Formats: sequence, structure tokens, C-alpha cells
Amino acid sequence: MHPFQYLAPTTVKEVVSTLSRYGDRARCLAGGTDVLVQLRGGRFEIDALVDVKGVPELMELRLGADGLHLGAAVPCYRVYESPRVAKAYPGIVDSASIIGGIQIQSRASIGGNLCNASPSADSICSLIVHDAVARIAGPRGNREVEVAGFCVGPGKNVLRKGEFLVSIFVPKPAARFGAAYKRFIPRNEMDIAVAGAGASVTLNAKGKIVAARIALAAVGPTPIVASRAAASLLDREPTPEAFARAGDIAALETHPIDDMRGTADYRVELSRVLTRRTLAVAAERAKGAK
Amino acid sequence: MTITEKPQQQYKVIGTRPIRHDGLEKVTGRAVYGADVKFPGLLWGAVLRSPHAHARIKKLDVSKAAKMPGVFAVMTGADLVDLESKLVDMGEEIDNLAYTTKKLMADDKVVYKGHPVAAVAAVDLNTAQEALKLIAVAYEPLPVVLTVEEAMAPGAPLVLDDLVGEHLTGEARNTNIAKHTRYEFGDTAKGFARAAVTVERTFKLTMVHQGYIEPQNATAQWNQDGKLTVWTSTQGAFNVRDAVASILKMPESNIRVIPLEIGGGFGGKIPIYLEPVAAVLARKAGRPVKLVMDRKSVFEATGPTPGGTIRVKVGADSAGNITAAEADLRYEAGAYPGSPVGAGAQCIFAPYRLPNSRIDAYDVVVNKPKTAAYRAPGATQAAFAMESVVDEVAERLGIDPLEFRLRNASREGDRRADGPIFPRIGNVQVLQAAKRSAQWNAPLGAPSAPHKKRGRGVANGFWFNGGMKSSCNLAVNKDGTVAMVEGSVDIGGTRASIAMQAAEVLGIPAEDVHPTVGDTDTVGQTDVTGGSRTTFATGYAAYLAATNVVKQMMGRAAKLWEIDESGIEFKDGTFFSKSDPELRLTFKQVAEKLDETGGPLSATGTVNMRGAGGAFSTQIADVEVDTETGKVDVLRWTVVQDVGKAIHPAYVEGQMQGGAAQGIGWALNEEYFWDDKGNMHNSSFLDYRMPTALDLPKIETVLVEVPNPNHPYGVRGVGEAPIVAPVAAIANALRDALGTRFTETPMKPSRVLAAIKGGTLDGAATAASSNGASRRGRR
Ligand SMILES: Cc1cc2nc3c(=O)[nH]c(=O)nc-3n(C[C@H](O)[C@H](O)[C@H](O)COP(=O)(O)OP(=O)(O)OC[C@H]3O[C@@H](n4cnc5c(N)ncnc54)[C@H](O)[C@@H]3O)c2cc1C
Repeated sequence: MHPFQYLAPTTVKEVVSTLSRYGDRARCLAGGTDVLVQLRGGRFEIDALVDVKGVPELMELRLGADGLHLGAAVPCYRVYESPRVAKAYPGIVDSASIIGGIQIQSRASIGGNLCNASPSADSICSLIVHDAVARIAGPRGNREVEVAGFCVGPGKNVLRKGEFLVSIFVPKPAARFGAAYKRFIPRNEMDIAVAGAGASVTLNAKGKIVAARIALAAVGPTPIVASRAAASLLDREPTPEAFARAGDIAALETHPIDDMRGTADYRVELSRVLTRRTLAVAAERAKGAK
Repeated sequence: MTITEKPQQQYKVIGTRPIRHDGLEKVTGRAVYGADVKFPGLLWGAVLRSPHAHARIKKLDVSKAAKMPGVFAVMTGADLVDLESKLVDMGEEIDNLAYTTKKLMADDKVVYKGHPVAAVAAVDLNTAQEALKLIAVAYEPLPVVLTVEEAMAPGAPLVLDDLVGEHLTGEARNTNIAKHTRYEFGDTAKGFARAAVTVERTFKLTMVHQGYIEPQNATAQWNQDGKLTVWTSTQGAFNVRDAVASILKMPESNIRVIPLEIGGGFGGKIPIYLEPVAAVLARKAGRPVKLVMDRKSVFEATGPTPGGTIRVKVGADSAGNITAAEADLRYEAGAYPGSPVGAGAQCIFAPYRLPNSRIDAYDVVVNKPKTAAYRAPGATQAAFAMESVVDEVAERLGIDPLEFRLRNASREGDRRADGPIFPRIGNVQVLQAAKRSAQWNAPLGAPSAPHKKRGRGVANGFWFNGGMKSSCNLAVNKDGTVAMVEGSVDIGGTRASIAMQAAEVLGIPAEDVHPTVGDTDTVGQTDVTGGSRTTFATGYAAYLAATNVVKQMMGRAAKLWEIDESGIEFKDGTFFSKSDPELRLTFKQVAEKLDETGGPLSATGTVNMRGAGGAFSTQIADVEVDTETGKVDVLRWTVVQDVGKAIHPAYVEGQMQGGAAQGIGWALNEEYFWDDKGNMHNSSFLDYRMPTALDLPKIETVLVEVPNPNHPYGVRGVGEAPIVAPVAAIANALRDALGTRFTETPMKPSRVLAAIKGGTLDGAATAASSNGASRRGRR
């Protein structure tokens, strides 16, 4: 392994200046459950590893009146162990509780999952259906990008030279909102999604769907927003038939590939099934939500 | 549950469940493994591996790496002498030394991806790895052959230019078929003519790995007098010593191999990979050198068990008697000859008495890592084919699958299809116990959701078990305990199972025998811990040593009592005079008087065993299939096995459960995922999907004790037989659940879903559809 520096800045400014200096010869380190594995596997060579866990903003987990402020390096367990977060953001909690096992969850962050930009990442679809926004700091100041547009290719995101993710903001859900995330893995643990689906639905007082979001994992170069499938649900009752139809449409919105984890055809099939099943859970949760 | 055939002698130690002697060290992390070895001045080695599965090396320049600061030695294939063809028995496999040398490091051609090309030793691992990047290699890629079909096709590219195949017609050149063997008995054509039902199917299997947690490692150190010490993780220290001696052309007595604790082997740690490399680097560097493989290399470059193609044809008359059976097995040996196809051929029909049979076995070289032993090597593949076909024959005849197996079961005195006559075996007893088992008699239950389906399958499996050489030393301590040094590396609790046999003879508690695994300088020749032979053979050596200790102790008691030895008896750990009831001394009391009666007392037991007594393992699988995703969950599982005599029942159960667990993984998800260039894409535990604890039910066990007459306690090997049946049991359960017969491994979700949809989601339609025969009316 090529020797590299370990740097641990304590302010957002310092991180930006360090990243600007090293360019693509540096990487951020949050939980390290992706970046360290990749480094050791020889995926890339760097001169500096920038530990961002010493920056207070990145370790903050705050539920404000406007929504959830999730520091980019907050480990998964802090997300699902907070009862208030669990109640308001069920989709994100579904994801946080299935990323790796307990050991991984005590290090791995949602921010790292997002920045790693893997098509099979388990939290990104949930963030999308919760309408989350990425808050980015860089040499030219701060900017915000919707999570739905954050990933641009396998392992690639919108961050430019010197930029990094400070936090993720998730707006407060509307009344009668429910969300869920499900993935398919051949085993019951310790596996990467062959396909995944996140869904959210908002019901009106009469129980009709007034808003829906669907996002699909591992069926394209980035997480896929299945907007036509979601649109098919508007003004409908949350019935199995409506969800089955949405599943059929979602399957058409995928662009999967063949690889060791599954064939393209199989992934299309799984998207259909997972969309339907995830919508059903999201709708149940919406009915239970006040 | 344990079913003992005949009420046996009452034992004090055997059949109990003491805490293993090495347990404390293991749970407290004190046990020393290969990666723990450290010395002052220790260098780290790293191996450069081929990125191609088949290529000629046009240029290999190590000069830059050699000059890098921190690098102490560099080696290539040129540092290993070319050896004559010489077959060495490695225990469960035979290796040809000429090829072993080439496997350790390529000469002018690489024949599998991950094939070592060069190695360096440097101050630390990082420096060694950086130095590898400075080695310049120019490859000329050659066409690859990856399957037995490709390799056997006329005009196929040759994996080994110099291979001389042993074919039925004699020696053959320009071939990828290293060996073709045939076993023939009776007249199969006549047999099939008498059959009311004949089923013939072809099965395909992919290569799978043992998946031991601890990667291969080796540390080598030379003394100024030319003596070499090697610390390594191996199943057989003596086999490593002898192989290293041949490869380095030095006397074996100049090499001391110290086996460390082993983090799993399952057969995969019988071959050598790193030991001679560490030794050559250490000699060049003048310092000790340590090598530890990473997981990717373990997958890509150590020996898995082969994939291949098996065709089986079975015919039976309307009464349900098999009239003839034929099998054609073609196994991938990997890049050098020596797949376990021979064992597969000998096991495939073993559970059945057959009037007419024919078996063809082909050992085929392909551009994949050289295969190694894996638990009952070759037998699981064979059973997948045979037990699937047998199930189908039974189904077509409308006979219960266990009943059909019982009707045709091989028994003592029957001829195995490859020739040998069966000694006392427990096949029938096992099948009967399976019929009586709780699971077989429990309802399958309704599926847990409308989109799920359930099925039950059963399969039988046979493994020979091994005997071979073992040694054991015992020394009596004056406090009445006994120090034991035995030559078998401890896998699965063999220190305990060997010590317990000595304790039983000596009439002392198991805890009072203190076992140590010896190295090649401290104990007599002992073959590998493999072939399920250790509790049988090394246990026998311990029994002999202990019997000798008792005899000597009797002499000491005779001295103390001043009577003749012939007047003394030994029972339940006590020496007593046959005539004078006052004269009684326990083992401990005689031990306390050792100094007064002649001083130290020790004994040795050595054996070269035959007659291991084969074992049968019948397994029952209940599965539930999600028909929308193709995922298979195992709901319930029972292993019913002929174990001879369970010395330590907990470890016997552990072997049965472990074998079933590995077989379930093999059936459902494990596979080497290749591209068409011979690159493995899933060389990590993340993507090489072995089952986790959450993927398995509690595996129930039924121990059927049919004692082996060739062992004083009736021991049979138990470690390998349990991996034979599971793949077929799952296939048969899926047939029951879905009406589909699967003929390809793994039966992974995508393949299962494709079969359910009747389509070709997985590229090829691999599962033949139901023939419409009526389903069994059980449940
Ligand atoms: C055993 C195991 C099991 C796993 N199981 C799963 C699973 O089930 N599902 C799943 O989705 N993933 C899984 N993963 C992958 C990984 O754990 C997750 O992606 C995790 O969320 C990554 O978070 P982290 O904090 O460890 O990221 P890190 O490894 O620290 O970082 C990930 C990437 O993001 C970059 N980065 C981190 N923080 C920032 C920042 N603030 N700004 C800019 N860039 C940043 C890093 O440079 C790196 O490229 C698993 C990994 C392992 C080792």
C-alpha cells in the first residue's frame, strides 16, 4: 500500500483547505467501512486520509422544528437508537438498521454511504423518498443539492475539488406520511443488495394517496427515481392492485446490468416485487402516522 | 439423539462431553496461529500473482524491485529446481512434485489467474507490496479453457504442453484429459432392458471453496548449520516437511515443521503453497521470512473443490429394484492433474447394491486453480447427481424415497460398484433411523405466506474414511496425570477425542490427560488430519500407548507388592491383586511411587491403519421458497449418520452440523463466479456467499452407532460423510416444493425464480420442468 498521511482537522474550513490542497490524492474518512476496505483492496492510491469525525458539525444529530439535521459522519446506530428519529423517518431507519451488522453500524455513517455513491447503497433510496438534501461546503462557500441528484455514476458524486459533505437535511414529513426501504439479498445478513426499493406515500384525510416517491437501488448506475411509477399512485387508494401496477411501471424504469450479484433480468423482476412490497409497508405506516 | 445398535460395554470417559483441552486458550485468544508468529529481524514476504488465467511469460525483470530500499530478497520460478515427475501421497490427495513446483511459482507459463510469478521479502508488508509493483512482467495471453466441455473438445488449447494423459487406450499426448478410469460390472444394457422406469439426467456443478477463516501462512527460518524451521497452518506437518524436503532437495531430517493452531482446513490445508517460498526467500535474505495470504489469493490461488459435469442413468423394475446404473463424471482438476473424480466415482453408487453398473471418470485440466481436498472430496458432486436421479426413479414408481433407498441399500458383503466388498456398514440402520426421525414424521406445515411454497427432500451420502499412519507419546506424571504428545493437528476437537481414548484405557478422567500437538521433531510420523481418520487412527495410537502404560504400571505395582505381575488385574483405574483383596492401588497411587519403582514411565503408540469403516449420512431438508424472488429458506434439517462410536458426542454432532451447513451453502449460493477470461469476480467473503448463522436452522442430529470392528471402541470417521447428501437433499426438496428438478448448482434465487417462471432469467434454462408425475402424498 502506498504510504499516506492521516489528517484530522477540526473545522469545516480546515477540511476544505486540506481537500483543496490534495485534490484527488485525498479522501475523507468517516466510519471508514468503505474507504479503508477500498484502500486496502488497491482500488486507488492516496497521499492523505482526512478524518472528518473531529468536526463538530459532522457528528451532530438534531431533530429541529424544520426537520432532521444529520451530520455526515454520524454512525448508523445513533440514527436508529433515537426513538424520535425512528418515528418520524421510518425509511431512513429501515436503511440504517440493515447496513452491515452491529459492528459496521457502530462506525458506518449515512453520509459515507451517500458519498460512496454505490448504486447498491442502502440508505440513498430512503433519503430520496424522504426528500433529503445534501449540504456541501467548499472553497467557494456552501451549497445544497437534492440527494436525488447527488450521485452521478457508480462511485461518483457531484462533489467538486475541495468540497465535502457537511450534513444531510431531511424535511419534517407531512401528516399521514409513511416510508419504507427493502432490499433483496440471497442470504439473511451480510450481503449487498441485488436490488432495493425505497418508497414513501402521503395520504389525505380520506385515505387517498396525495404524494408518493419511489427510488430503486442496484438497478442502474445511480439510485433511480421511479417517478412514473410514483405518479401512477396519485389520487388512488393504497390498494394491492395500485401497488402492483406501480411495481410493474417501476420495473420499466430500471437500467440494470449483469454482474456476480445478479442478472439484469433478475434485477428487473426484483424491482417489481420490492416496489410493491415496500409501498405496502409505507402505506401501512402512513395510516398509523398522525 | 443417539441410537446404539447393540447395548455396549459401559464406558467411563467415552461418550461423555468434557470441555476440550484447548478450549480455554481459544476462547481467551491465547492460542497461537500462523499470523501470530513474530521474531526479531522478521521480514515480510509478498507474492506477485498472474493477472491472466493463461499466458506465456515473455519477460520477467525483478532488478528494480531487488534494488528498492528495504527489500532483502526476490525470487522467481528459476529459484525452484525443476523436479522429476514423482507422485507423493499428501493424505487425501496425490500430488505430482513436478507440477507442485510449477504451482508454487510459474516457470515460463501461467496457467490460472493468481498463479505466483515472483516473490519478495522486505522489512515490512507495505515495502514488500510496493516492491512487487516494480517487477516488470510481459505476458502473451493464451486462449483459456474453463470448463470440462471446452477442455475436452477436439482442438482445445492445451493447459499443459507436457501432460501425458492416462487414457483407457494407454498414454496420450496433446490432451487436457489427465486420466480416464472406468469401473464396469455386469451388463448394463441387459439391466436397462429389464427396467420399468429409466431416468437419465446431466448435472452441472460450479467450483466451490472450503471457506476456512484463516488464510494460508508460513514463516521460515534457517540456522547457520543448514537446518530449516517452518511454522505453518497445515493439516499435516509431516507432509509439509516431506514435500519441502523434496522441493528444496534437502534431507527431511534437516527440516522441522511446527504446525500452529489451524483456523479451518476442510482439506484445503493439505497442499503446500507458501512454505517453500518462505524458505527460499529466507535463505536468500539471511533472515526469517513470513508470508500470509490475503483473502483474494486464498480464493484465486488455493485449492477449491471442482465443478464439472455428471451424467447419471438409473433403471429400476416395477417392484422398485434397481436393475442397472451408469455414471459419467467429468471433474475440473484445475490447472494441474488431480481432481477428486476418482473418489467421486467410487462413492457415487456406494449406497446401492447394483447388479449391473458402469462408471466413467475423467480428470480434466482447465485454467483454474488446482483443486484440493474438500470434505469427502468429489462425493458431494456425485451424490447431487445420483441422489437426484434416484429420487426421480422412486417418484415415477410411486415409491416413498426412503423406502426405495432401503429396498436397494448396500449391506455388509455387497460389492461396491468399483470393486471392494463392504465390511460392516450402517447404511440400512441409518435409513431406518431416518424413517423414524422426528422430522420425517412431522408435517411440513402450511407456507408462511401465500406466495411461498414448501417442500421436503431426502438424500443419502457415503464416504470411505481413511486410516494411515499416526503416532502418540504418553508420559506419566507423578501426580497421576498423563502428558500426551500426538502428531495430529487438532481440527474440530481431536485433542479431546484422542485424549479421551487414552483416559478410558487408563481409568482416569479426560481432564487428567494433557494433550499437545507435536511437531516433526517431537513425535513419530503422523499423516494429515484429513480423511476423517484422526479420532480413528491417532486415537488408536493413543489406545496402544495407554495399554502399554497400563502394562508397565502393573509391573510397578508388582514391584511395590513384591508379587508376580500375572497376579495383578487392572479395572476402572485400579490395580488389584487377584488373590489378596487388601492389595489395591489406584492409577494415581502407583504414579506417586514411580521414583521408588524404577523412575520415569512413558510409552509410545504407532499405527498404520486400514479398515476405517465407511460412513453413511442421510439428511432430510424442509425448505420454503419465496416464489416471487426465488429465495430458499431452510426451515428444518436432520442429519442421520452412522458414526461407529461417538467418543465425544458434542464434537460428532458438531461435525455433522458443520458438514450439513457447508453443504447447504454449496447448494444454495456458493460459487466461483467467472468471466470468460478466467477471472473470478467474487473473491471476497462478501460476494462468495457462504451461509451465516441466520441462514441456517438448528440442525438436528441422529447418531447411529454401528461400531467399526477394526477399532477397539468401534470408531468410524465422522467429519466428511455429512457434506455428501445436502446438495441433493435441497434439490429434492425444491422438486417437492415447486415440481421442478434442478440440475445445476448453486440453486441460487435467480436460478430458482427462472425455473418458477419457466423462462431463462439466468441466461440458460437449467432446470428441467416437471414431468407431470403425481406428487407424493406425504403431509
Ligand atoms: C462488512 C460490511 C458490510 C456492509 N454492508 C453494507 C450494507 O448492507 N449496505 C450498504 O449500503 N453498505 C454496506 N457496507 C458499506 C459501508 O459500510 C456503507 O456504505 C457505509 O455507510 C459507509 O459509511 P462510512 O462512514 O464507513 O464511510 P467511509 O468509508 O468513511 O466513506 C465512504 C466514502 O465516502 C467518502 N466520504 C465520507 N465522508 C465524507 C464527507 N463528509 N464528504 C465527502 N466524502 C465523504 C469517503 O472518502 C469514501 O469515499 C458494508 C461494508 C462492510 C465492510
